[in-house]
Amino acid sequence: MKKEFIITIYSENHIGLLTRITIVFTRRKINIESLTVSESAIPGIFKFTIVVKSTEEQTIKVVSQIEKQVDVLKAFYHTNEEMIYQEIALYKVSTETLYDSDQIEKMVRNSGARILEITREYTVIEKTGHKEETQQLFEQLNKYKVMQFIRSGRVALTRDPIERLSEFLKERDAFLEQLD
Amino acid sequence: MLAFKTKSLVKTSDMTVKKVSGSQAVILSILEEGVDTIFGYPGGAIMPIYDALYDFDQNVKHILTRHEQGAVHAAEGYAKVTGKVGVCFATSGPGASNLITGIADAMLDSVPMVCITGQVTSPLLGTDAFQEVDVVGISMPVTKWNYQITTPEEIPEAIAQAFYIAQTGRPGPVLLDITKDAQFGELEFKYEKCRKIRSYVPESPINPEKIKEAAELINQAKKPMILCGQGIIISQAEEELKDFAEKAGIPVAWTLLGLSAFPTEHPLNVGMLGMHGNYGPNLLTNEADLIIAIGMRFDDRVTGKVSSYGEKAKFIHFEIDPAEINKIIKADVAVLGDAKKALKQLIPLINKNNHNTWIGEFRKCDNIENEKVIHKDLFPSKPGLTMGEVVRIASEKTNHDAILVTDVGQQQMIASRYFKFKNSRSNVTSGGLGTMGFGLPASMGAQLGAPNRTVVAMIGDGGFQMTIQELGTIVQNKLPVKIIILNNHFLGMVRQWQQLFFEKRYSFTELQNPDFIMIAKGFGMDGHKVDKREDLESGIQKMMDHKGPYLLEVTIEKEDNVFPMVPTGASVSDVILEP
Ligand SMILES: Cc1ncc(C[n+]2csc(CCOP(=O)(O)OP(=O)(O)O)c2C)c(N)n1
Repeated sequence: MKKEFIITIYSENHIGLLTRITIVFTRRKINIESLTVSESAIPGIFKFTIVVKSTEEQTIKVVSQIEKQVDVLKAFYHTNEEMIYQEIALYKVSTETLYDSDQIEKMVRNSGARILEITREYTVIEKTGHKEETQQLFEQLNKYKVMQFIRSGRVALTRDPIERLSEFLKERDAFLEQLD
Repeated sequence: MLAFKTKSLVKTSDMTVKKVSGSQAVILSILEEGVDTIFGYPGGAIMPIYDALYDFDQNVKHILTRHEQGAVHAAEGYAKVTGKVGVCFATSGPGASNLITGIADAMLDSVPMVCITGQVTSPLLGTDAFQEVDVVGISMPVTKWNYQITTPEEIPEAIAQAFYIAQTGRPGPVLLDITKDAQFGELEFKYEKCRKIRSYVPESPINPEKIKEAAELINQAKKPMILCGQGIIISQAEEELKDFAEKAGIPVAWTLLGLSAFPTEHPLNVGMLGMHGNYGPNLLTNEADLIIAIGMRFDDRVTGKVSSYGEKAKFIHFEIDPAEINKIIKADVAVLGDAKKALKQLIPLINKNNHNTWIGEFRKCDNIENEKVIHKDLFPSKPGLTMGEVVRIASEKTNHDAILVTDVGQQQMIASRYFKFKNSRSNVTSGGLGTMGFGLPASMGAQLGAPNRTVVAMIGDGGFQMTIQELGTIVQNKLPVKIIILNNHFLGMVRQWQQLFFEKRYSFTELQNPDFIMIAKGFGMDGHKVDKREDLESGIQKMMDHKGPYLLEVTIEKEDNVFPMVPTGASVSDVILEP
């Protein structure tokens, strides 16, 4: 059965690695639902968060193919339930509609969104949440016409009390030490 | 000590720092890695490296092939017989893109290889400059690792990493793309071999618990069977495999790439697995209660229909690449790591045993296969010559001690089935990619890697014409390769499928061939053609007695077929012996 999985990858910061990783998906015709890349808490190590819809069996295989890439330190996969995750969405509406009706302001307040910037012509609203939530706000706001809309890829943390990466790096260093 | 004729005298191996050009650093680095042979083809973007190479002709041999595909397959042939890293040079653009088929071949067959390509000067990158192709992008899916070098300082470290990655763990091809300005620039040269990379674990340490679990299954098994893959050869575990099989009395079947790891005449050898493998090991895969796979990856040509593969068996998988575990076949026990180390730990835990009744079942199958297929192939009574008899005689005439190089198609399967081996690293073939045109260039690499051994190349008339130009390289370098063209005037393997599965609709598989002997002679190579059985043995003898390279063309019965066969999509136990 297909469902959403979050794949987390820790890697060295090497040019071309993003392509190597995406090839693992495209070769198997797996669509990437969302992708976020940025530097992790440990300088020089980058973190990829990739959301896919797939079977668990396929996901396990994909993760081991990713981990096989020379510049990848470690890859994990999790179900949505196992992680705390968010996406951020930005909505641009005309400032005039904001004045014409108090509906928009209500929507912003009720959904825990906030206003980022107001100019004469437009207002930018920001909301973080799960995709369903940011989508719901979009649909509400769009009744008053959303001029522009963007949603980020997912960022996610495990529910573990410790950052696994630092543990992992310690183990890896110790392991490589004893190879000599 | 290296002779180095430019102004700054460079001695490597001591840690003193010398100023050299990027291109000199390339040569010095590969010498530090012990490279003695380079296969390559020059062009604009790699000219500085070729210029540096000019001063090192005493230290390293460069083989100028006639096409970059020739260079890359030759490097594979060299790597397969020596176990060392094959090295290729090519220029940017078409030179680099001509390497791709061979790199893909090396990737699928785990061949250690480092390809160095020249690239346009770095300010021109991405401008569609003359002979610019994004070879790092193109080669990404078919390399174990690749990297573009744009400054001279990066060269030594990148080359050290390339060699380390190519030959450790599961070996594979690495490509380094070096811009022309990086080749021209200067650096302080200092070389240190790479010993580790933080993000890369070449092999896992053997888990003793898993060894124990494996030993338990093996000691309990009634109908166990060993599947020997190329991993045995790569990890040099041939002796351990023999000790293990002999102690436990377990029959050994092999994959196409595992061929020659286990001596053909060994009493526990039960033959080849897969689509055109032997009858017994295919049929009995579905009778076995335990399958012990060592250094093999359950390719679909081996398994046939996966859902009914090894139906009654538990699986133990010895494998160095974690991504292969459970990829195709779920392992009951997976032993990660190097095969040699794993077998060394396993052997003491194994009970001495024999499985003579079970082995008897293989021998019964052998008798059936002998009667229905093998005898007719090897000792035909019909007038047309068979590939089987050619292979039999070639193997005999070389005392079963030659290196066999095959191309792809019927001749590859027949040669793999019937050629006999005493020594490991004696079979060179394109397994995973099935690359026609592999054979001829690979045979020159094999000969350079094993100059004192006889190299016999068996090639079809189709595949021969894909890289025929390498006859020139063979002659120029006086490589005494014995080439046998098995000429059935067809793209034989495709024709066989058309016969069996497409109602004999021979759509574009018939070949009008040139006079191969005249072509060989045009290149300066001796040769002759055999059409009749009575001339075959003496013809092969004549070739073997000849001092230099030799081309023997043998006219084969047009509709000679390869059997047994596991039809695509069928289960291994549905192996058929005749059409
Ligand atoms: C580069 C490439 N193109 C196409 C094929 C498909 N193919 C597999 S076997 C074969 C026929 C080979 O014919 P030949 O070289 O004459 O050898 P034979 O089978 O007759 O021994 C073909 C076309 C291939 N394996 N490689």
